[in-house]
Amino acid sequence: MPQRASDLLTLTREGLYCPLGRFHVDPTRPVERALITHGHADHARAGHGSVLATDQTLRIMATRYGEDFCRRREEAPLGKRMRIGDVTVFFAPAGHVLGSAQIAIEGEGGRIVVSGDYKRAPDPTCLPFEVVPCDVFITEATFGLPVFRHPDTRDEVRKLLDSVKLFPERAHIVGAYALGKAQRVMALLREEGWDRPIHLHGAMERLTALYKDEGIPLGETPKVVAAERKDLHGAIVLCPPSSIQDLWSRKFPDPVTAFASGWMRVRARARQKGVELPLVISDHSDWPDLCRTIRDTGAEEVWVTHGQEDALVHWCGTQGIRAKPLHLLGYGDDGEAEPDPGANPALEEASS
Amino acid sequence: MNDFAALLDRLAYEPRRNAKLRLLQDFFAATPDPERGWALAAMTGGLTFREAKPALIRGLVEERVDPVLFGLSHNYVGDLAETTALIWPGPDARPGNPGIGHNNPPPHIPTLAEVVETLATTPKRTLPQHLAGWLDALDETGRWALLKLVTGNLRVGVSARLAKTAVGALGGHEADAVEQVWHGLKAPYAELFAWVEGRGEQPENRNPAPFRPPMLSHPIEEEADLDKLDPEAFSAEWKWDGIRVQLAGGRDAQGQQVGKVYSRTGEDITDAFPDLAEAITFTGAIDGELLILRERRVQSFNVLQQRLNRKAVTGKLLDEFPAHVRAYDLLAAEGEDLRALPFAERRARLEALVTHLDHARIDLSPVVPFGTWADLAAARADPASVGAGEDADAIEGVMLKRRDSAYLPGRPKGPWWKWKREPHIVDAVMMYAQRGHGKRSSFYSDYTFGCWRAGEAGDELVPVGKAYHGFTDAELAKLDRYVRNNTVKRFGPVREVTHGREAGLVLEIAFEGVQRSTRHKSGVAMRFPRVSRIRWDKPPAEADRIEVLERILARGEREIAPGASMETSE
Repeated sequence: MPQRASDLLTLTREGLYCPLGRFHVDPTRPVERALITHGHADHARAGHGSVLATDQTLRIMATRYGEDFCRRREEAPLGKRMRIGDVTVFFAPAGHVLGSAQIAIEGEGGRIVVSGDYKRAPDPTCLPFEVVPCDVFITEATFGLPVFRHPDTRDEVRKLLDSVKLFPERAHIVGAYALGKAQRVMALLREEGWDRPIHLHGAMERLTALYKDEGIPLGETPKVVAAERKDLHGAIVLCPPSSIQDLWSRKFPDPVTAFASGWMRVRARARQKGVELPLVISDHSDWPDLCRTIRDTGAEEVWVTHGQEDALVHWCGTQGIRAKPLHLLGYGDDGEAEPDPGANPALEEASS
Repeated sequence: MNDFAALLDRLAYEPRRNAKLRLLQDFFAATPDPERGWALAAMTGGLTFREAKPALIRGLVEERVDPVLFGLSHNYVGDLAETTALIWPGPDARPGNPGIGHNNPPPHIPTLAEVVETLATTPKRTLPQHLAGWLDALDETGRWALLKLVTGNLRVGVSARLAKTAVGALGGHEADAVEQVWHGLKAPYAELFAWVEGRGEQPENRNPAPFRPPMLSHPIEEEADLDKLDPEAFSAEWKWDGIRVQLAGGRDAQGQQVGKVYSRTGEDITDAFPDLAEAITFTGAIDGELLILRERRVQSFNVLQQRLNRKAVTGKLLDEFPAHVRAYDLLAAEGEDLRALPFAERRARLEALVTHLDHARIDLSPVVPFGTWADLAAARADPASVGAGEDADAIEGVMLKRRDSAYLPGRPKGPWWKWKREPHIVDAVMMYAQRGHGKRSSFYSDYTFGCWRAGEAGDELVPVGKAYHGFTDAELAKLDRYVRNNTVKRFGPVREVTHGREAGLVLEIAFEGVQRSTRHKSGVAMRFPRVSRIRWDKPPAEADRIEVLERILARGEREIAPGASMETSE
């Protein structure tokens, strides 16, 4: 029987599996060999036998889980073709967070691309998304509804700076996921001319140091000292989303609660989190970019995972592209489940 | 329209009352007439125009966006106006967009006054065209505000009271001063703004039967509050299960008697209750509970609802559902404002008035005698034995009012307490879950639950009700996760969750009563069901059986057939 590109990957309990190469992609449970798209906790877990990922993703995993997060690390330089079993594999930038990559798998029947999470909007903290033409494209759909059109991030950051100007006596507490979003917000603030320190919650310190190490200028980012919180009038403070309603953030002077996330486009989402200043800044593609990317890849078939699968599958149908939802478990379900910060703070970024 | 939209947007995200007040005040101070007046009318429910029906809006969007994608989006966002505002194609997404550097005039952004006036005068036929034009011209926030306005759904956490407080504050007046003149005014309230800004005379209250904002109570915490209160300082009466109303009467400039029935929020509902309006032969205002009485017996809330739900007020409706008011308080009489008097004195005046009126439609809410809190607890547990007799089922609990309390609008803490009866409790199994709306959109927050009954193939669960509150936000997050992890089938916004003897989640449901229902498969419907506890520990097989509900139903089912005898029509 002739092979098709879609035969290259199957769905197992652990997640996507390539039988011809005998490896998993972003498995949700420990496996012998894992290829990892990026360092977010729902994609990159500890405990695999060997891990193949970009150098930056490997560093992120080591920072989060410790140096022994797997038995053997293999670095995947971007664009380098590697033979694994009976398939050829290469990584290409996904534009999601530092080190994020799409994984292309080629066999006799063609090429399949696992995009992981991706975005097309400019981001000063990571390489831009690269279109990889393919036969089957596996896309995320976190913001897979036409109500999601992300605005220009510069306007969102200006909203924050305007509020600081309006309330110079109040601290501005910005919830942002610790990996990627936080550093992007810092970089965007610098681009808009904010040259005062950006204060960090302790949970963001190590990953921010890693970004700086990678040569991304983020300026002065002191860690918040508990006793000094009350004096931070007019300061911009970044913390994990779970901390914006914590007692921790109440100790700042009359705090304004902000949250940087694509979800902030929906009012109810902002209100659910008690957010007063919603900042629509997302590391995922919005609806127009999801549609554009599917077209750009020229894929004949699209598999839609974690998010609003139904709408994107329907849209593909109207464009004459074969599509199906792929119900992967463990990726924050519809991408909207609220992660339990008590259970695992690292999981928070899963639904950003 | 843009300034108004920006105000609504800020208000929607602002949780603090004082900050809301400041936003409103700034807006009223900075916005000229009549724009601010229309805004005030919009926030106080004072606009009357042909509201755009949801179907009209859906139709407009579906001409521009794939209906399936719109449906999925609406389902996700949970709000028609917001979904439409977000999904409406912006200028750059529209065909025929001339691109950058074009010479076309900028789109005309409508003022609020223009929107309101057009809506009031435009025929139904041209409404869609106006609406589409405005939606094209406005930005996302503007579209959202416009759609909220035209669908009559402007909920941004601002009460009419707060808006009036902000207007009053422009000139250092209390909200009550605004309230006093309010009912004589009309949008866009130029006269009112002129007065508060010191440019004009105080408007006269030309309404001979004005509404007075009601006094509300706090629920009592038995352990925390009761022991600190002195029983002798309080008077108790039943809390009747109807709707709170105000009967106001007076004489107009021609000397004609005017009678008004107001809802608790000040809405004039006189037209729906001509039978009550007739009974307002006095000058003053009575605070009371609207109830349906048949053969002098108070009917269940279920019966009252059948009258409330009707649009047309027919003779048959009036005969079958005769409205009565059980009087709680007297706020004004013969031109005298009694609200500053102690409750005991107002009560004496009320008793005298009701006796003097001697009208079958208006009677007194009886005082419940008690010496100690234990006495009152016993009365609350069994109202029938303490004088309520056959009406006991229409009693929700007891009200406690300090004998020396003045009548204060709003919900002051201390003078009045409500002490509701213990709810019924049943353990049921979660069967389906649906996404919530508003604050809870995209959380699975509405749960259909069932009880066991004997079926052909052994015991089966039959749905008995639906609950969507009673849990904290933290519990909601856990329930939401439970639903997602235990889904067996999806039907659009609804998920079926695992439910069987071994696997499933037991919810302890509290409710106020049971009614017969032809709409539910089980034949019963609960009143005010809510989740009182989540029984993560309890095996579903041990949940309650439907017979528990049927027993409660049998006890409460003593409704009298309409028209049995009509001594109330005198």
